[in-house]
Amino acid sequence: MRKTRKRVNNFPTPYTCTAAIKQGGMETKLSMILMGFGNIVHGQKIKGLIYLAVEVAYVVFMAIYGVGFIHMLGSLGSVPQKEIWDEATQVYLYTKGDQSILILLYGVATLMLTVLMVCLWRGALRSAYKAECLHKEGRHVNSFVEDLRTLLHENLYRVLMTLPTSFIFIFTVLPLVFMICMAFTNYSKIGNHLMLFDWVGLENFKALFDSSSILGSTFWSVLGWTLIWAFFATFSNYIFGMILSLLINRKGTRAKGFWRFCFVLTCAVPMFVSLLIMRTMLQPNGAVNVLLRNIGLIAQDASLPFFTDPTWARVTVIVINVWVGVPYTLLQLTGVLQNIPGELYEAAKVDGANAFQTFTKITLPYMLYVTTPYLIATFTGNVNNFNVIYLLSGGDPITDLASTAGKTDLLVTWLYKLTIDKQYYNVGAVIGILTFIILAIGALITYRNSKSYKEEGGF
Amino acid sequence: MAGQKVYSAKRKRFINNSIVHVILAVLAAIWVFPIIWVVLTSFRAEKGSYVSTFFPQSYTLDNYIRLFTDTTILNFPKMFTNTLFIAVCSCIISTFYVLAVSYCLSRMKFKLRKPYMNMAMVLGLFPGFMSMVAVYFILKALGLTEGNLIRLALILCYSGGAGLSFQIAKGFFDTIPTAIDEAALLDGCTRWQIFTKVTLPLSKPIIVYTVLTSFMAPWLDFIFAKVICRANSDQYTIAIGLWKMLEKEYIDSWYTCFAAGAVLISIPIAALFLFMQRYYVDGMSGAVKG
Repeated sequence: MRKTRKRVNNFPTPYTCTAAIKQGGMETKLSMILMGFGNIVHGQKIKGLIYLAVEVAYVVFMAIYGVGFIHMLGSLGSVPQKEIWDEATQVYLYTKGDQSILILLYGVATLMLTVLMVCLWRGALRSAYKAECLHKEGRHVNSFVEDLRTLLHENLYRVLMTLPTSFIFIFTVLPLVFMICMAFTNYSKIGNHLMLFDWVGLENFKALFDSSSILGSTFWSVLGWTLIWAFFATFSNYIFGMILSLLINRKGTRAKGFWRFCFVLTCAVPMFVSLLIMRTMLQPNGAVNVLLRNIGLIAQDASLPFFTDPTWARVTVIVINVWVGVPYTLLQLTGVLQNIPGELYEAAKVDGANAFQTFTKITLPYMLYVTTPYLIATFTGNVNNFNVIYLLSGGDPITDLASTAGKTDLLVTWLYKLTIDKQYYNVGAVIGILTFIILAIGALITYRNSKSYKEEGGF
Repeated sequence: MAGQKVYSAKRKRFINNSIVHVILAVLAAIWVFPIIWVVLTSFRAEKGSYVSTFFPQSYTLDNYIRLFTDTTILNFPKMFTNTLFIAVCSCIISTFYVLAVSYCLSRMKFKLRKPYMNMAMVLGLFPGFMSMVAVYFILKALGLTEGNLIRLALILCYSGGAGLSFQIAKGFFDTIPTAIDEAALLDGCTRWQIFTKVTLPLSKPIIVYTVLTSFMAPWLDFIFAKVICRANSDQYTIAIGLWKMLEKEYIDSWYTCFAAGAVLISIPIAALFLFMQRYYVDGMSGAVKG
């Protein structure tokens, strides 16, 4: 049987916008143009005046700046900066040209402000309609003080959520929208488009998917390595952390606390510090090579190519990631491991299973079942694992001088290099979007099917 | 016969135990080895980044002293105060945000609740610093990327996304029985009073956890600070400072000081971490225990 999904409105209210437009009185309809008019008529003077003030402020802002900003968004500016020789002072003066990046930013911000205003307008309309209905029915219309009091009770969420949400919109959503816009422009050092740039549609995506160009081939190789890295980094940590946790927690092991402390100590050291230490230790003349020379395992002038040979570098970053990540895994998995029902192990023992069999037949399946969401989160985290790669190898070694990425570069570190070092902002934005799409497809499906998502909200 | 079997089983167990202990000892040595090495290096008297011996020839405290006295090129004390200031401010803001958002999502019903949580999930999938360049432009447009205002910019960066990391605290609030809230409601409490007088006092573990994680973030973050500070070396945080010491032009003279700085930073962070671990476990297991 097919399940039909229907949107259920959990918060039914008779005071909707459509009802207000259809059934509202004259004053309610007037508040479509003059926000807050209905409220003022029905005794909510201060509330109405606030609505009106906001509307006036918005209209004034739009008239002075906003319309211009949105208008400029189409062309992204066209006046180049010019040098003019000033006879009087004997210096070159620069005329103020258009800066496309600011035009784009102000334009996007104005659009977001407008969306916010539309929401507010709907709120004002509903509020006016509600006041009218209550007034007609002869029921009590809340005064301003009473409205304020509800903010501490049933509307407390408005007080508590407003600031955090507006921060999220300014520092997360607005930049993201802004960045996504950049993916459709030619904002890049190539062709000197750092001051003035234009919309180019899907050109950047095409360039990246065209595997005959240098950018395209780099993209596919980086993507391949990113997925290999994420897979190995996730599962090596997971398996190794689990084995370690089993070893420490097994019955015969003495001084459990001491062993745990040894491993947890490394994750107490700030990650960037331990990564930088690792990097210096693995340099051609670093501590590890010196130690190996002193012991006599390698020749006096030889050194192991930890970060200079592509294959060595790839293995090295994965191994060091184990070193960095296992303590965290140990912390997180210990509790889960202790929750595995002991009867299972006893039954296995009676049936004569050895340690390896109990691990593969009981521990691993149980753990995989319980920790799937955790594994997905780790996988996502590893695809976006900037710190380990950037601080350890910096993406090196670069074997192909024409390409902008090294052999250990992930999509995110490549993105960083392209935007910060090379200033190819548009390509960087495209890579960011593609990373998001890859992660979103995988994660959304799994999250939606996970138990914790489905059973959420049954409070 | 039977005695021999018991004996061999005992022996087998002994051998197994010994093997496990040896493996653990080797692994623990591998894990602790770099830490010991950096502590040794921080006391090393010979200058220079690479030496031909593994253990230092002679020991000194000069590296620590230099870190605090030589402020001409890399001003470590200044970096320290910068980071401390940023950490305290962003800690206060983010703690408030996280607790407020998680309380609302856990306890109140409103129309935007589900959309908000979905939005947080989607935003979490974007590469964290994809928007970093854009954040820099926004801060620049607001005029916050010059002089002392950089600190404000960094505080805003670190606390800006706090409202999105509500999962752990929300999970904790979910475990506080709603019956307590209902009882308080019957007694005539408003939601605000319930939040401040009932829920928060019950939530000490998660408050401590939130405070400490948000306090530690600026000490550990490296990318945001680097992008926003750019060349303003008087606004550097500890993380960029330590990273700078390993740059080609500084590494020879600053290498041992880097080790000293790393040790100095790691001690408080490690202490906080070990302290926090207890609360973290408590926070995971819920507020009211049966």
